[in-house]
Amino acid sequence: MTVEAREVAESGASRKQSLYQTRPKVYPRRVRGPIRRIKWVVLALCLTAYYVAPWLRWDRGPGRPDQAFLVDMPARRAYFLGLEIWPQEVYYIAGLLILGAIGLFFVTSLFGRLWCGFTCPQTVWTDLFMWAERLVEGDRMQRVRLDQQPWTLRKLGIKTAKHGIWLLIAAATGGAWIMYFNDAPTVTRNLLTLQASTTVYFFFGLFTATTYLLAGWAREQVCTFMCPWPRFQSAMVDEETLTVTYRGWRGEPRGRLHKGETFEGRGDCVDCHACVAVCPTGIDIRDGLQLECIGCGLCIDACNEIMDGVGRPHGLIAFDTALNRIAHERGTTAHPRLIRPRTIVYAAVMLIASGIMLAAVLNRATASIAVLAERSPLFVRLSDGSIRNSYVIKIENKTPAERSFVLSEEGLPFAMLQVAEGEGAAVPGGAGVILTVKPDSVGTFHAYLHLEKTAQPETPFKFIARATDGGETVAYVATFRGPGK
Amino acid sequence: MPTKGEKDTLTGTETTGHEWDGLRELNTPLPRWWLNIFYATILFAVVYCVLFPAVPWITGHTKGLLGNTQRGQLALDLDDAAKRQSAILARINSSDLATIRKDPDLFAFAVAGGKAAFADNCVPCHRAGGAGAPGYPMLAGDRWLWGGTLDAIYQTISHGVRNDDPDSRQSNMPRFGLDGMLTAAQIGDVADYVRSLSGNPGPADAISRGAAIFKENCAVCHGENGKGNHDVGAPDLTAKISLYGNDRATVVDVITRARAGSMPSWSRRLDPATIKMLTIYVHALGGGQ
Repeated sequence: MTVEAREVAESGASRKQSLYQTRPKVYPRRVRGPIRRIKWVVLALCLTAYYVAPWLRWDRGPGRPDQAFLVDMPARRAYFLGLEIWPQEVYYIAGLLILGAIGLFFVTSLFGRLWCGFTCPQTVWTDLFMWAERLVEGDRMQRVRLDQQPWTLRKLGIKTAKHGIWLLIAAATGGAWIMYFNDAPTVTRNLLTLQASTTVYFFFGLFTATTYLLAGWAREQVCTFMCPWPRFQSAMVDEETLTVTYRGWRGEPRGRLHKGETFEGRGDCVDCHACVAVCPTGIDIRDGLQLECIGCGLCIDACNEIMDGVGRPHGLIAFDTALNRIAHERGTTAHPRLIRPRTIVYAAVMLIASGIMLAAVLNRATASIAVLAERSPLFVRLSDGSIRNSYVIKIENKTPAERSFVLSEEGLPFAMLQVAEGEGAAVPGGAGVILTVKPDSVGTFHAYLHLEKTAQPETPFKFIARATDGGETVAYVATFRGPGK
Repeated sequence: MPTKGEKDTLTGTETTGHEWDGLRELNTPLPRWWLNIFYATILFAVVYCVLFPAVPWITGHTKGLLGNTQRGQLALDLDDAAKRQSAILARINSSDLATIRKDPDLFAFAVAGGKAAFADNCVPCHRAGGAGAPGYPMLAGDRWLWGGTLDAIYQTISHGVRNDDPDSRQSNMPRFGLDGMLTAAQIGDVADYVRSLSGNPGPADAISRGAAIFKENCAVCHGENGKGNHDVGAPDLTAKISLYGNDRATVVDVITRARAGSMPSWSRRLDPATIKMLTIYVHALGGGQ
């Protein structure tokens, strides 16, 4: 029996147990310092990139979208600067995500949760929302007092103003998201004149709502309860990883600093709770590395300010390693290695993944062919006794210009190749058929192959499409079917 | 039985009063969020039952205030689909077959519409993709009984073959054997000759006798060279494919008893636009002329 259990049993209390702990609301205090300044700069860069990117233009020639970053769902195309992605090339995006994940592992193994603390959208927008909140409601103590006050017209006014500003930011966020999937100027005009499609309004509303709820209300709960990353980041972190560390060997024993007292025989921590007051997730970093710590380092700024005040050196809380902490317990110091097996492996995997991605993008095919054999009937016997197979040929032209391809077959001696009336022209004085495919589209053709007779029920052969502009030659292995006698 | 309201000493929670071999069941309250969602689903069910068809009776069921039925929904969906098709169907109605064949949009629509109509009406005899079966002509090949041009196909589909439609394709091959027009030996000779037209071997003297009989009795419809005649639906006998089979027994049987397949008059069942789309589809199966 645990101590608590015994206490309950002994008290015999009939208290109603709540199954859910209510969330203690966090009121982070304002911070000044170099890390806070870096965070503002990163925030400004991230938000600028997010809001400005859809407005950048990129000339792709007449009649084609001129938006630098555009995912055009109805047309099944994605444009990223000079790169155009077709649906079957979605693996580029998968590769990019893999690269991003390994990059995250790499950075985390070196510097801890830099992503969480500085660049994660949840952190960036929460920071922005907290800034707006402080603008309207004031700093930590004023906010605590406001929440404890009974409802008055003034309080109602302040709260309305805050939520109004939040909703405006959220709407701008949701609006910007829509622009990545539509032509930005057009969709902005349509959105404002109430002429956009239901889909646009739905996703505008969805992203406005999630931004408002996640950055305004859920905040650190997203990181603590919803995000999977904190759960498995410990697999990337080792004792040589920089994390936000309270240097207990310097700070303990902690205690309030009384007037006239010196730091002789005691730790540097004056137990001012500045680190707790500024923490956006409401934890005490002095308890050691915790799941909830997003590694934003604001407690470092807060503590340094206090250290200045009491005349002690900076760095009671700092980005430090577990290795150093252990070394200090033994009375020495340790310096973490940047190059160690873990980081070498992550860097190597990153290099390999980048290499594969780069090769895939540089060698991107501008044409491809796919063949569907007609299955009912599998083959047709004609009046002259010959066998005919029908195929649907699809040739992709990924270039912005109209291209011609010479379609021929290889592996069926004496076969005759035709396409349906009006779909192509015979090569003058040669074998094959000339097919023309419109720019940036898939051409569909119906091909007929005639063979005097076949010795076997199935004969594999190749359809070959050669670009007449000297570009690539693409092939598809198909099967010629017959009665087999 | 323990009295109700007994509390568990360890957790302080009420028990249900049930006990199994010393194990007692806690009466742990449900989470509030769960309970609220549960109440919400009950409310939803009540509202649903009032608005939509829900409770069955012996002879029927409650109709719901909204009057919503799945059949009604289907009718709306069909109306909607018909509305979306009406513009292009009107163009198909007003265009001739050659125009439809040349216009990419109309052609694509006609092939798709024709394919659906073909699957509904024609596949039982002509098989999927027009593959054909003994007695039912193959439509994907290049041999036609009544002609493979757009107009000929349209005519055949519209009025059918050998039915009571006055405009249907009509022709009858004489029953050379049953009606005593030719003797069994003569029929055998003609059969050998007819089979030789498509390259099958046979006794030379029988073939030459058969050629003379063919010229007198068969050439009027099947042509001097046995190439057939679309006007009377006489098949091309030189083709290496046949409607009923070209082994000697089958050919003898056809000459003796004659065969005359029949096809319904589709203008009595389908509207002109559907027949036009069917024509375009059949023509595009690979054998259109």
